[in-house]
Amino acid sequence: MSLAVYLPLALPAVLAPLAGPLAARLDPVHATWLLTGAAVALAACSTLALGLLAAAAAVRIPLVASLGHWSLAVLGPDNPAGLAVALVAGILLAVAALTVTGFGIRRYRALAGAYREARCLPGRGQTVVLADEAADAYALPGRPGRIVVTAGMLSALDRPGRAALLAHERAHLAGFHYLFTTAARLAATANPLLRPVDRAVGYTVERWADERAATVVGDRRLVAHAIGRAALAAKANRPRREVPGALGAVFSGTGVRAHTRAGPVPRRVAALLAPPPPRRLVLLVAVAALVALAGVCALLAANDLQDLLSLAHHHHH
Amino acid sequence: MVDADSPPRRGAGQLEAAVLSVLWQAGRPLSPGEVQQTLAGPAGAPELSYSTVVTILSRLHAKKALERRREGRAFRYAPVADEAGLAARRLAAMLDKAPDRQAVLSRFVADLSGSDEQLVRDLLGDGGQEAG
Repeated sequence: MSLAVYLPLALPAVLAPLAGPLAARLDPVHATWLLTGAAVALAACSTLALGLLAAAAAVRIPLVASLGHWSLAVLGPDNPAGLAVALVAGILLAVAALTVTGFGIRRYRALAGAYREARCLPGRGQTVVLADEAADAYALPGRPGRIVVTAGMLSALDRPGRAALLAHERAHLAGFHYLFTTAARLAATANPLLRPVDRAVGYTVERWADERAATVVGDRRLVAHAIGRAALAAKANRPRREVPGALGAVFSGTGVRAHTRAGPVPRRVAALLAPPPPRRLVLLVAVAALVALAGVCALLAANDLQDLLSLAHHHHH
Repeated sequence: MVDADSPPRRGAGQLEAAVLSVLWQAGRPLSPGEVQQTLAGPAGAPELSYSTVVTILSRLHAKKALERRREGRAFRYAPVADEAGLAARRLAAMLDKAPDRQAVLSRFVADLSGSDEQLVRDLLGDGGQEAG
C-alpha cells in the first residue's frame, strides 16, 4: 500500500489546531461552510483510508481471497507491520461505525423531538413567549421552526435588544444552522481528531446569526450589548448551571485575539465591537487545497488497491 | 429596521413579536391605543398607525397567541399564558435531560463562566455594575 493512504489520516490533525483561528478570522458565513465542508470531507477521506488499510490485509486472508477469486501469489504476503496497521485500522473503523450509528440515532431522536415541540408550542406565531422568569431564548428547528423567548429574557432587554435577539434566532432558523452543526458533529464522531473543528462550527453559526442580526437592526454595537445583557441576565438566574471556567482567559482591553481563550459569549461580543471581519480568500483557498489533497490521496490509494485486486483476479486460475 | 433580502412577511413577523413583547411587559390587558403608545419611539410619534396595531392584534388573536375581552367599544388584549408555565417546565426538563436535544436548540447565549462574566461586563463598559 502506497504512502498516499496515510495522508488522509494525518490531515485532520493539521486542520484541528487551525479551526479556532480560522473561525475567529474568517467571515462567519464563509467559515461555517468551509469548516463544515472540510470536516465532512476529511472525515470521509480518513474513514476511506482506514477502510483501505483494513481491506488490504483482509484480502490476503486465504478464505477471503478464494471467495473474491483473487490470486494470493499476485497479492503477495503482507509484511508483519502491515498486518498490525491493518488490525488497528480495522478496530478504529469498527469503533467509528458504532459511534456514528449511536450519534445518528440520538441526533435523529433529538431533531424529531424538537420538530414535535415546535409543532406543539402554543399559538401559531413564530415567536412563543413563555411565562418564565428565568432569562432564556432559543430557536427550535421544525417545520416551521419556532423561537422561544421567556418573559424574563424580554424584561432583561430593551426594545432594540429584543429586535436583535429575534433577528439572531430567525437567522438560525432561516439558515438551517442545525444542519451545519449536525454535519460537523457527525464528522467529529467519525474522526475524533476533528472535534476542534466541530466546536469551531458551533461558534461560527452563532457569529453568522450575530452578523445577520447586526445587518437587520443596522447596528453591530447594539447587537453586542444585547448579547452581553442577555448572557448576564441568564447567568443571574441560572447560578447552578455554572460551567468550568475558561482557564487562562486574559483580558487585555483591546482586540479580539485576547479573547480566543475566553468563552463564546465574550468572544462574540468582542467580535461585534470590532470592525466586521474581512473576506480572506487566501485562507479559504488554503483550506480547500488541504481538503482536496486528502481527497486525491484517498482516491489514489483506493485506485491502487482496486488495480491490485483486478490484477490478482485476472491471474486467479 | 429594513430587511432588504427578505419578503415582507418577515416584517409582519417582527411587528407581531414587538406587539407580543409589549403585552408581556405590560402585565395587564392593553387596548390597541395603549399598545400603539407603548410602541411609539422616544420622540412620542407613533411608529405604527392605529389600524395597523388593530390588524396585528387581531391576527395574533386569530393565531391564539392573545386572548381579548370587550371593554366598552374596544377590545383589551392579553397574551395567552401557557397553563401555569407547563410548557416552560416541560422544555426545561427536556433541556436538562438530553444533551443531544440541547445541541439541536440554537440558544441565544451560552452559559457564562465566572471569568467570562467579568469579561462581558468589561466589554460592555459596565465595570462591576449590575446589568440593567
